[in-house]
Amino acid sequence: MTKKIPTGGEVLVRCLEREGVEYIFGLSGGAAMPIFDALVDSKIKLILVRHEQGGTHMADGYARATGRPGVVLVTSGPGATNTVTGLLTAQMDSAPLVVICGQTISPMLGKDAFQEADVTGITYPVVKHSYLVKAPADIPRIVREAFHIATSGRPGPVLIDLPKDIGQGPCTAPFTDVLDLPGYTVPGRGDADRIAEAARFLRDSKRPVLYVGHGAVISDAGKAVTELAEKLRAPVVNTLLGKGAVDETHPLHLGMFGMHGTAYANKAVADCDLIMSIGGRWDDRITGRLSDFCRSAVKIHVDIDASEFGKIIQPDVAIHGDARLVIEDLVPQVEMADTAEWLARIARWRKQYPLKYPKQGGLRAQHVLDRLNEITAGQAILTTDVGQHQMWAAQFCLTRYNRTWLSSGGAGTMGFGFPAAIGAQFAHPHTKVWAIVGDGGFQMTCSELATACVNKLPVKVLIINNNYLGMIRQWQEMFYDNRLSGADLEGNPDFVKLAQAYGAKGLRIRRPADVDRTLREAQAWDNGPCIVVAEVVKEDNVFPMIPAGASLAEMLIEKPKHRLEKPSGST
Amino acid sequence: MMGAPEMAALAPPPAPSVKPPLHTISLFVNNKPGVLVRVALVFSRRGFNIESLVVSAGAEGRFSRMTIVCSGNSDDLGQIIKQLAKLVDVVHAIDHTSDESYETEVALVKIFSAIDSRTHLLQIAEHFKAKVVDYGNDSLILQVHGPSEKLDAFIDLLRPFKLAELVRSGKLLMARGTRVT
Repeated sequence: MTKKIPTGGEVLVRCLEREGVEYIFGLSGGAAMPIFDALVDSKIKLILVRHEQGGTHMADGYARATGRPGVVLVTSGPGATNTVTGLLTAQMDSAPLVVICGQTISPMLGKDAFQEADVTGITYPVVKHSYLVKAPADIPRIVREAFHIATSGRPGPVLIDLPKDIGQGPCTAPFTDVLDLPGYTVPGRGDADRIAEAARFLRDSKRPVLYVGHGAVISDAGKAVTELAEKLRAPVVNTLLGKGAVDETHPLHLGMFGMHGTAYANKAVADCDLIMSIGGRWDDRITGRLSDFCRSAVKIHVDIDASEFGKIIQPDVAIHGDARLVIEDLVPQVEMADTAEWLARIARWRKQYPLKYPKQGGLRAQHVLDRLNEITAGQAILTTDVGQHQMWAAQFCLTRYNRTWLSSGGAGTMGFGFPAAIGAQFAHPHTKVWAIVGDGGFQMTCSELATACVNKLPVKVLIINNNYLGMIRQWQEMFYDNRLSGADLEGNPDFVKLAQAYGAKGLRIRRPADVDRTLREAQAWDNGPCIVVAEVVKEDNVFPMIPAGASLAEMLIEKPKHRLEKPSGST
Repeated sequence: MMGAPEMAALAPPPAPSVKPPLHTISLFVNNKPGVLVRVALVFSRRGFNIESLVVSAGAEGRFSRMTIVCSGNSDDLGQIIKQLAKLVDVVHAIDHTSDESYETEVALVKIFSAIDSRTHLLQIAEHFKAKVVDYGNDSLILQVHGPSEKLDAFIDLLRPFKLAELVRSGKLLMARGTRVT
């Protein structure tokens, strides 16, 4: 009996199994058929998505919720180009993805074959690395490298473009665990001298702030950072993506800072004499006008990516390494700093400028999210889309545990929240997963309701429905004389009926009095997806707000009476 | 153009055209498809212009050498070097802009010139140790090598002649002593 020689597609799938892949989020097509065929005999579960963008966000949500790579499988041409937004989202937020695209047969490359696109070329700027497979023998090496690169160092998306003839043809190449990547090193512990220097600066600081970014989440540095904060008696702030590394209910935690951060977090950052970034990249959403940002403060920067040093801010101490390992090495070297006066000042700000919202005048998004925070009590995974609801959720939903807050930060991708929640729910079937979305973003990927329903996922979707692109409307109101342009989402569907059309449960909140009961009903619902539509007041604004390009000191606590200049900062 | 002189009088004096400074970078890279595109994107995304680029095999076939001369804001150069070094296929990236590396370049210049009026031209060529590599009835090709600045001067002197074609290799560079290129 002769042994059947496996195809390239079969070897690829075996390689994915060796990498421990549980789920593939995929949408088939001609060029990807050899791989989909091989999946029939695999224990890997194929999740058929309804649009490739949704597939990439599901894989991204899976990756962010677990730290393990999310895997996407799509076909050539439009199937592959539909992943570009998901690749950008993952690249900007350092999420480990492996995206496998079918491609036309090798002899037809570059000849405008049916569904051919130069996907490797199109995606260069939005991937950490990519491969165009040219021989079946390369498959095991490429898959091993792709997973290593996607998950190590600063994680990111890796794309594998696989021509159909290579997926279909015989492949006898053995599996390999050898990595030969002379241009790729994974940083580990930080330089001891730099760490000692940081410890000296921290000892001398009277007004320190620890600024926690996504890198702290990725490296699981939260425990070490909490120890550092407690030992120093230093306040902690986090970025949108840093939520969850350190428990936001910790007394030393001031919540999110930046454009829509808490007033007390921003005041602390504006007045500190030392700011230490732990896996943050001094994004323009948090620094505001750079020339005014922490002008006289000592800046310490811990990052695994050396290109972040000096990119935005010139640090006084740069520590290149894994955030957790660096902070673990730092903790024994620091002593309790004299911060009593500083903490007292911050406590006064906290009292003077709390997060607040009007309790009357209809249903408020802040009220709904405040209650969701109470009901989920930090035990759920929350995902968001992008816009007002995202900022309110970041403000009011305190994240207690690592990898339970999943939001598109760098790319600001609308349509991320719902599919990301699906991915997170696959990863954690027994955890409550809530997607907090706006009516605008939800409609960009709501076709994945089918994916959620067919897989009976108990994912919950809270739509903050103001029938507007709310953040656009807010900016136009504040900076463009309320000349609304392309902000009104007239024509929205009835989202409850939309949910029901897919076979999902649909609930509606109209009055403040209904909030708790409805949220609890959704929280308890386990039989498939549940959509909760909160019909909130149409014209509400997110505050505090630092206009783009302004300094932290120019923070608006509430809507100003006077007309504002158009923001000078980016977007 | 009507009114142009008055307009000129009102307009501020033209700003001296400041050319962005030139930088020289060497890269040691994997000899793999796509490397050149990845490298080029690092420059183009940040508004840098590549003035010359030489790619050739390294001592081992699996690696290649790139020598890149680019122009752009000096403050951004450090970021460019770091972004280049970050590429998976780049083994190392080194800024040689102000170090004492050995540099050279080759140029080929084609000049249309009648056979009986070349004396002055050949004098210039001799002064620059340029070699005549093609000697025709109506044209000749000169080959010159040396530092890029020397080539610039040579070519400037040839411009009054009928300089028909110019091909330059781009700068080649090697760090002196035991230092790494």
